[in-house]
Amino acid sequence: MTLETWLVFSAALFCVGLCGALIRRNAIIVLLSIELMLNAANLNFIIFWRYGVNADAASGVMMVIFSIGIAAAEAAVGLALVIAVYRHFKTVNLDRIDSMKG
Amino acid sequence: MDAPFLIAAVLTLLSAIAAISLRNVVHCALCLTLTFLGLATLYLQLGAQFVGLTQIVVNVGAVAIVIVFAILLTRSSDNPGESRFNKGAIWAGLICAAVFATLVVAINTSYVSMKSGAPAPPLTVEKIGHELMGRYVLPLEAIALLLTAALIGAVIIAMKESNEKGGGQ
Amino acid sequence: MSEATQTLWLIPTLPLLAAGALALKPRDNRGAAKALSIGSMALALLLSVRALLESLNLQGDHGVAREFFNFVWLSFGAGEAGVLKLGFVLDPLTAVMLVMVTFVGLLIFIFSVGYMERDANFKQFFCFLSLFAAAMLGLIVSNSLLLLFICWELVGVASYLLIGFWFHKPEAAAAAKKAFITTRIGDMGFLLGMVWLYAETGTLLFYDGGAGCLEQGAIAALVAKSAAGGIAVSTCIALLIFCGAAGKSGQLPLHVWLPDAMEGPTPVSALIHAATMVAAGVFLVARMFPVFAAVPPGAEGGAAALTIVTWVGATTAVFAALIAVAQNDIKRILAYSTVSQLGYMMLGIGVGGVAVGMFHLIMHAFFKALLFLGAGSVIHGCHEEQDIRRMGGIKDHMPWTFYTYAIGMLCLTGLPFLVGFVSKDEILVSALHGNTGSLVSLLPFLMGLFGAVLTSFYMFRQVFYAFFGTYRGEASQAPHESPKIMIVPLVALAAALVFFSLPKVDPWGWFSGFLEGGHQHEIPTGHIALVIFLSVVAFLVGASLAYRLYFKRGIGSADAPDALEERFPEAFATLAGRFHVDELYEASVIRANAWLARMADLLDRKVWNGITQFVTQVAVMFAWFARLFDEYVINQGFDFGCRRVNDGGRVATKPQSGAIQSYLRVIGISLAVGVLLLTWGCSGS
Repeated sequence: MTLETWLVFSAALFCVGLCGALIRRNAIIVLLSIELMLNAANLNFIIFWRYGVNADAASGVMMVIFSIGIAAAEAAVGLALVIAVYRHFKTVNLDRIDSMKG
Repeated sequence: MDAPFLIAAVLTLLSAIAAISLRNVVHCALCLTLTFLGLATLYLQLGAQFVGLTQIVVNVGAVAIVIVFAILLTRSSDNPGESRFNKGAIWAGLICAAVFATLVVAINTSYVSMKSGAPAPPLTVEKIGHELMGRYVLPLEAIALLLTAALIGAVIIAMKESNEKGGGQ
Repeated sequence: MSEATQTLWLIPTLPLLAAGALALKPRDNRGAAKALSIGSMALALLLSVRALLESLNLQGDHGVAREFFNFVWLSFGAGEAGVLKLGFVLDPLTAVMLVMVTFVGLLIFIFSVGYMERDANFKQFFCFLSLFAAAMLGLIVSNSLLLLFICWELVGVASYLLIGFWFHKPEAAAAAKKAFITTRIGDMGFLLGMVWLYAETGTLLFYDGGAGCLEQGAIAALVAKSAAGGIAVSTCIALLIFCGAAGKSGQLPLHVWLPDAMEGPTPVSALIHAATMVAAGVFLVARMFPVFAAVPPGAEGGAAALTIVTWVGATTAVFAALIAVAQNDIKRILAYSTVSQLGYMMLGIGVGGVAVGMFHLIMHAFFKALLFLGAGSVIHGCHEEQDIRRMGGIKDHMPWTFYTYAIGMLCLTGLPFLVGFVSKDEILVSALHGNTGSLVSLLPFLMGLFGAVLTSFYMFRQVFYAFFGTYRGEASQAPHESPKIMIVPLVALAAALVFFSLPKVDPWGWFSGFLEGGHQHEIPTGHIALVIFLSVVAFLVGASLAYRLYFKRGIGSADAPDALEERFPEAFATLAGRFHVDELYEASVIRANAWLARMADLLDRKVWNGITQFVTQVAVMFAWFARLFDEYVINQGFDFGCRRVNDGGRVATKPQSGAIQSYLRVIGISLAVGVLLLTWGCSGS
């Protein structure tokens, strides 16, 4: 298993997440895709930790621990926002939420 | 390319693709869970056991649930005939393909070349605890603060507004 | 310089001050009017007499004695050529004119006190009279042609004011205007002559110690040069100046104003149109005589200018006398008589020189003033009646007037051995003497003789009509003698005439010696005797004809036709119509003038006005274009620009669609591009 393979895989996962963020109408699915992207980045960290220069250092792992925590917080807040938006617009269809237009 | 990686990778990727493309939103959330699980296996394969299990506990146990709850709370009255993809979906697909291509090119042309299959470094939970309380105590406190703030913020944002005069239709 | 010359300027100034003071006084201040005007005139008379005595004192055996006093009036440049000088001159010509004008003027002022008694504008009358006197006296004493011209014009103005004194009468106003305009036409020639003279000689002073324009040097220069047609410059200038004299003195083409001027009060007619103003023209010719008489050295015959003066004078004399025969207004007969006598004066100057003409002028002033004042008295006595056909038998009602009038009339007609006879005789003698044997050159003499016949005829006619026979006016109002204040001047003038006629006095001998400085003409005695004989014959012919036609036959009623009119109706009608000269002028000059005025008005209203309107329209059009430009080009251009900016802004905001995922797409692309750049950049370096 080479580094490049892992990295390509992680890149693929990231791109899937990106694709989802760009394609779907539903705001929640977009948040979901963003979670995917974050997880792909976390995977990247672990890959480099595993195949890195200094395998003894715990920095990769620590980073990922923190990242997971933050991702969770961000997911919570983001979904709270979506709920607030849903209350206002009565929809989570991103095509309809364009009052920031112009 | 060994088998565990291959199976896990394929599973993860497929469920990720499913997560973003299924019609039923709940199905998407469930596929996300599956993706997280797949990722957890990959972490374990890479020797980051603590991270893998944390991944399951936090992402699967909390994030995915929260997503499901959010889906349930925002049951939209979209007409079912509408497409789940937005107008510029083709362009988005192309862009993602371009990004992917770019990343692959970057990976392949980078000068970082590693040896393959080094043994897993020993990283115990005790060590992680030591690190957290030692070197990373400040980020720890910070993230505690962040989590508190996020918690309170999320509650406030999502709370039903009472006596709002004049605003909010 | 003698005292008299130094105070010469006082003579015109005193009446001028009187006029000024009277102009400032309130309307009905009669006492001041009488006192100021008569007082100033009396003082002027005293000063004039002193000047005459001084002039007699200065008289020597050689030439004419002259004293002058010049002063700088304007200086507009450097040197001699940059100053305009004026001055006063005291010489025999000045002295005799001064005494005549002041004496006659004073008498007429006194007469006017009585004549204008009932007039409301009494004070104004005397103010104008004083102004006139000042101007006339200034004209006489002037040593500069410019000062003379200024006074000349002032005299014209005063004449206008006085002729039109009863301005509410439209005939009077029209007559004043006619007088002014007609004399103005002559003055145009005068001005041209004056300017030309100044251009040629560089000075307008008459006598300036050798540098004056009437002195040897200047005259020689004028005679030497010749203008277009080979005429000497001096002749041209003389003729131009004669235009002015002809206008003022009523010579032939410009005589039309004088009879109409009788619309003014009788004292005005006496003073201005008998004695003084009309004499100013003759005076001018006499003053400018050196210019008139200048002949180029070696030339044959007399001066061309003098010849023309002679002919104009002779023609006027006969012409006016013919018209006078058929007039019925007492003053009009006298007016035409004045024109005729002025013609005689011009004739006299032309053939005989200054003394001959001036003598007749001075004598004529006396007896014409007397005749006019007498006519005024008659008019006053007949209750403002002026038509002789409505008078008659006045000699019984107004004896004083009759006798004084008779003396004046006999002088005018030339009763032998009265002073009027002498003056007219001198003219005829000079006319005869100056002939060169041809019939043409004899004509002036013959015309003068014929004029004498006519003069005698019409004056006797007038006297027979007015004073003899029975009164033909309204029976209820018999004529009455005039008040003393009007009779006294008449008597004074008559007495003066009688005095001059006395054989011992011999005014002519003294006069010619005085004026011409001792050199006399040499005239053969045969000529003189012939002329005397012919003059007496002329007088008798005229008198007897009038006697036969008017006295013997008697005049029937006021409306009966004139005896001549019965015999020669067409001729009489032509004469009565004054040879239709006025009608001729009306049809030609006045019509042309009116046409010109109409054309000028059209030009002004249509052309200039049109151009102005056009320019206005152009300006308005420019303004309209500017507005259009402003509204459409600038406003809309600006609006268009703003709209483009607006649209640009709108286009720029299109990316801001509010669709989050499109933003994300952009980020994605940027990410890809950025990474590529980074990679290639890194790998390249």
